[in-house]
Amino acid sequence: MTIKEIQEQIVSEFSMFEDWMDKYNYLIEMGKEVPRIDERFKTNNHLISGCQSRVWLHAENRDGKVYFTADSDAVITKGIVNLLIRVFSGQSPEAILEADTDFIEQIGLKEHLSPTRSNGLVSMVKQMKLYAQVYKLKQDN
Amino acid sequence: MNGFTASELNELRNQFPALHQRVFGKPLVYLDNAATTQKPQLVIDRITKYYSYENCNIHRGVHYLSQEATAAFEDVRTKVAGFIHAAKSEEIIFTKGTTESINLLAGSLDGFLIGIGDSVLVTGMEHHSNLVPWQQLCKRNQAKLLVAELDDRGEVFLEQFGKLLEQKPKLVAITHISNALGTINPVKEMIAMAHANDIPVLIDGAQSVAHMHVDVQDLDCDFFVFSGHKMYGPMGVGVLYGKEKWLDKMPPWQFGGEMVDQVSLQETTFNQLPFKFEAGTPNVAGVLGLGAAIEFLNQTSLEKIGQHEHQLLDLAMEKLRSVQGIRFIGNAKNRAGVISFVVDGTHPTDIGTLVDKMGVAVRTGHHCAQPVMTRFDVPGTVRASFALYNTAEEVEVFAAAVQKAAGMLH
Ligand SMILES: Cc1ncc(COP(=O)(O)O)c(C=O)c1O
Repeated sequence: MTIKEIQEQIVSEFSMFEDWMDKYNYLIEMGKEVPRIDERFKTNNHLISGCQSRVWLHAENRDGKVYFTADSDAVITKGIVNLLIRVFSGQSPEAILEADTDFIEQIGLKEHLSPTRSNGLVSMVKQMKLYAQVYKLKQDN
Repeated sequence: MNGFTASELNELRNQFPALHQRVFGKPLVYLDNAATTQKPQLVIDRITKYYSYENCNIHRGVHYLSQEATAAFEDVRTKVAGFIHAAKSEEIIFTKGTTESINLLAGSLDGFLIGIGDSVLVTGMEHHSNLVPWQQLCKRNQAKLLVAELDDRGEVFLEQFGKLLEQKPKLVAITHISNALGTINPVKEMIAMAHANDIPVLIDGAQSVAHMHVDVQDLDCDFFVFSGHKMYGPMGVGVLYGKEKWLDKMPPWQFGGEMVDQVSLQETTFNQLPFKFEAGTPNVAGVLGLGAAIEFLNQTSLEKIGQHEHQLLDLAMEKLRSVQGIRFIGNAKNRAGVISFVVDGTHPTDIGTLVDKMGVAVRTGHHCAQPVMTRFDVPGTVRASFALYNTAEEVEVFAAAVQKAAGMLH
């Protein structure tokens, strides 16, 4: 599936929830299922700087596609991280670089990706794109 | 313990426009008062009135508006002096807040009181504002920062504090009430201990002035600092109180207009107290708003406010106790209306995010007191802090919200 298709799928999943409670329950479940970063990568090098909870992100390049793994000590953060991983993991660097994250707003979680929120998710998206950028440069060379 | 009657409380709440709104479809329950309190209408009106009709620069004009505004501004200085029972209004310096007051002190005392190889004594529960300025001053002077440690309840070990005083620090800087733990320090006793060693004491009153009656002469502190915005006043205004015997001798910190007497191209003589510490155009509207906040507090009675907040604290502790895995950080015997806690197996931001969706505003994180979090080995806490306008019903909503959030996360 393309990034757009996955994003549409997530938007339709979330449209089933009537209130935010169900939405957050789902996010918490998603948080528990995040593709877990290998313990040996849970170092300061892989830490996304965010104010409150800690988020670690790792990326690998296999056959021209980028695969992400992550973890966080806050489960709701981890749920949103997992949404981003679902969208970006297994995609080409070009597709990741072109993509937007408007679907987060469409599912009503905009505040989590606002630059004023001190949870590191904005830096997380930046970091994912940075990995894509690096892999793209490597490919082009 | 009486606190307010239901109708008194209702009347008080009606003076705060910000309280009467819904967030995420739920009535707002504002429990982040240690960060900043909401403002009563009379404070908002005072600021509006100043900018609408009285605006002009003070202390310099001969014209009518300037005279009037200067008089109103100086009148607040007298009010502040009365509010904390300072001996003289010249002992009241207006700043932009607690942080600036402490930086002013640290800047002025650097080289004047504290020099190479000296030491400064703080406690392990200081807000970064009352820690970092001293830590950096010590670094500049190869001086030593001495730290009085906390016990498991979040109280200062007085015996160790006494031992540290024997090292003759040049200054003791302690918080009146901890914003992260709620501990009320026995400051009067600590000041007496320091004075027995001839050491001056700064009290950080950011968390105390809106919750208890403060009498700086009775405490006998040498310096006392606080912010307007945590006592129902505006942001951007605060106070440094200092005993005249100190302020008079201390060198100015910032330089510019207002604080000078005679200026030639090569030399300057400085203005007298309090102006020598107030360089540049002050926050006149803020000071007038602070004056209105003091009037509001005087009318409301700090004694009743303290009782009311204590009732809310007791109720909240009782209700929260049934939350599975809850751990209170800070269990001092003598404490203010601040509750800090973690729920084992959850992260504070998860709790904060979920209760926010239920309309409850609490603070999560380290509360600008990272050493306190390290001391108690937590990444941060959830903190609820009460103000005079909070109600028992709000406490029930808050406790139920935490209960529900913890259930979702477990
Ligand atoms: C104990 C204490 N000291 C100092 C401060 C700093 O106050 P301000 O940010 O108003 O300068 C605070 C505010 O959070 C505080 O709680």
